[in-house]
Amino acid sequence: MAVAEQRASLGVRFARWWQGFFYQWQLQIMVLPGIIFMIIFNYIPIYGLVLAFKNYTVVDTIGDAPWIGLDNFKIILGDSYFWDSVVNTLGISVIKLVLGFILPIILAVMIYEVPWKPFKKIVQTITYLPHFFSWIILGGMLISWLSSNGLLNSTLHVFGIDAGANYLLDADKYWGIASLSDVWKEAGWGTILYLATMAGIDQSLYEAAELDGASKIKRIWHITLPGISNMITLNLILSVSGILNSNLDQTLVLMNSQNQSKAEVINSYVYRMGMTQGDFSYATAVGLGISIISAILLVVTNAVTKKINDNQSVL
Amino acid sequence: MVQDKSLALDPKRRIRHSSRAFDVVNCTLLVIFTLLIAVPVWNIVVASFSASGSTGGLALVPDKFTLDNYKAVFTDGGMWNALLISVAKTAVGVVAHTLFCALFAYPMSKAYLKGRKLYSAMGIITMFFGGGMIPTFLLIKSLGLLDTFWVYIIPALFSYYDVIILMNFFRQIPESLIESAKIDGASEWRVFSSIILPLSMPGLATIGLFHGVAQWNDFMTTKLYVNNEQLYPLQMRLYNIIMQSQAASENGNMASAVLDTTTRGVRLSTIIITIVPILVLYPLVQRYFVGGTMLGAVKG
Repeated sequence: MAVAEQRASLGVRFARWWQGFFYQWQLQIMVLPGIIFMIIFNYIPIYGLVLAFKNYTVVDTIGDAPWIGLDNFKIILGDSYFWDSVVNTLGISVIKLVLGFILPIILAVMIYEVPWKPFKKIVQTITYLPHFFSWIILGGMLISWLSSNGLLNSTLHVFGIDAGANYLLDADKYWGIASLSDVWKEAGWGTILYLATMAGIDQSLYEAAELDGASKIKRIWHITLPGISNMITLNLILSVSGILNSNLDQTLVLMNSQNQSKAEVINSYVYRMGMTQGDFSYATAVGLGISIISAILLVVTNAVTKKINDNQSVL
Repeated sequence: MVQDKSLALDPKRRIRHSSRAFDVVNCTLLVIFTLLIAVPVWNIVVASFSASGSTGGLALVPDKFTLDNYKAVFTDGGMWNALLISVAKTAVGVVAHTLFCALFAYPMSKAYLKGRKLYSAMGIITMFFGGGMIPTFLLIKSLGLLDTFWVYIIPALFSYYDVIILMNFFRQIPESLIESAKIDGASEWRVFSSIILPLSMPGLATIGLFHGVAQWNDFMTTKLYVNNEQLYPLQMRLYNIIMQSQAASENGNMASAVLDTTTRGVRLSTIIITIVPILVLYPLVQRYFVGGTMLGAVKG
C-alpha cells in the first residue's frame, strides 16, 4: 500500500489531496475567515515594510512611491535624535532586565516556601493585581505619588528627608522611574510560570534532602532552582532579546517637556516621526531596523545559552 | 543548656528550628513587598475621597471624606459617553473575538484538516512578525476604519495565541461524541455550535477574559486611529485629563499649582472609576488567567 502510494504519480496525489479537501469543505469554510483576516491584517502590513526602502508621500500609494534603496537607513546612522532614543531605551531596559528578571525568581521561591495557604493566596492576589492596570492608570497614579506633595515625598518627610521635588520633572530620575515602575507592575505576575513549574517538582526530593540534613537555603539552591532552570533560561533569552523593546504607552503618559531628553525611547521616536511629523518611510525604516536587530539578538542569545546548557535549547 | 544539647544531637529538630526562623524572615519580607504594592494603590483610593483642598500625602484614611470628586466627574456628559464606549467596545469585542478565534480553532484542532500545516505556519509567523506602526496605520486608513467604532473591534478579532489555547481545549473533547453526532446527520457547523462551544466554556471564558481586560485597558488604538471625541473610551479620557494636569504642573507657577489641586480630585476619581470594573471581575480573572497563561506558555 505504502509502495503504491509512493509510486502514484504526482498528478494522482494532487487529485487525491483536492478530493480530501473538497470532502471536508465545511471545515475549510470555517478556516477561511481567519485566513482572510491574517492576509489582510498581518501580511499586508508586512508587505508594507517596503516603505522603508521607498520615498513615500501622502499622495502616493505604497506601490507607486519611488524606490530609494537604503537611503533612509543611511540617514538613520547620522540621526542624533535616533541615537539618543536608543541610549534611553537601553538605559531603561538594562535596569528593567536586571531587576525585572531576578525579582520574580526570588519572589516565586519565597511564595513557594510559605507554609500557610491563605497567606500565600493573599500575597499572590495583591501582587498580581498591578499587572491588570493599564499604563494610563499607572501613569496617573505615578504622577500623583511622585508630585511635590505626593506619597513619596510625604514618606521621605517622615524619615526627615525633605526633597520636595516633583520627580517626573527631573530628567535624571526618569530611567529609574520608568524601569522601577515597570518592575513594580509586573514582578508579581512574573512569578506565575515559575510557581507553575515548581508545582511539578518531585516532593520526595525535598523529603530526602531534609533527612540528609540539608538546610532550607540548601534545599532551595539544590532542588528548587535547578527545577525551574529551563524557565529561567527562557525568560533570560526573552528579556535579553527584548532589550530594544520600549513601552510606548508608558512613555506617552510619563513623558513631559522637562524629561523628554531622557524619556524619548525608540518606539516614541517612531511614533513622533511617523504619526506626528508624517514621515512614514523614515519611521518605518527605524521600526524595521530595530526589529531586525532584535531578531538577531534572539538568535544569538539562544545560541549562547545553548552552549552553556550543554547544547540543549529551551526555545 | 539541656535544650541546646538535644538540638545538637537531633539533626531533624535543628532543621525544624532553622526553618522556623526562615519562615519568619520569609513571611516578613513578603508582607513588606505586598504592602509596597497595596499601600500606594490604597493611597490613591483615599485621595479620591478626600476634599479638594487636602494635600494628599501619606493619608491612609480620607482627609475630610467627600464624594464631591466623583460627583464632579459624573456631572460631565463626556464621562458617561466614554463609559458607554468602553463598555460597548469591551462587550462587543469579547464576543466577536472569542467566536472568531473559536471558529478558526475548531477545524485547526483536527489533525486530518487538509492544509493544516500551511495554516498553522501562517499563524505562527504572525506571532513573531508584523508590519509595525506605520504600515498598519496605512492599512487601517485605506480600509476606511479611521474614526469609526469598528476600529476597536475588527483589527482585534483574531489572535493566534488565543487560537492555540482554544485548540488545546477543543482537543480534550472526545472524538466519539463528535462522530456520533455526525452519524446522526449533524453538519460540522452544527457540531461546532451545539457540541464544541457548550463543552468548552472554561476555554472560551479564558479567552474572553484575556481579551476583555485588553479591550478595557487599550488606549493605543484610540491614540493612533481615532480623533473623534465621541468615540473616546475611558482610557483616552483619563489620558487627556492626565496630560492637562501635567501641562499645568510643568509650568510650575502658582496659578497652575492651584489648577493642579482642583483637577487632582477629578483625575484620581477617574482613575478609580477606570479600575473598578477590573477589580470587580478580578477574582474570576485570576482563576482563569492563571490557568490560561500556563496553557498558552507550556503548550504554545
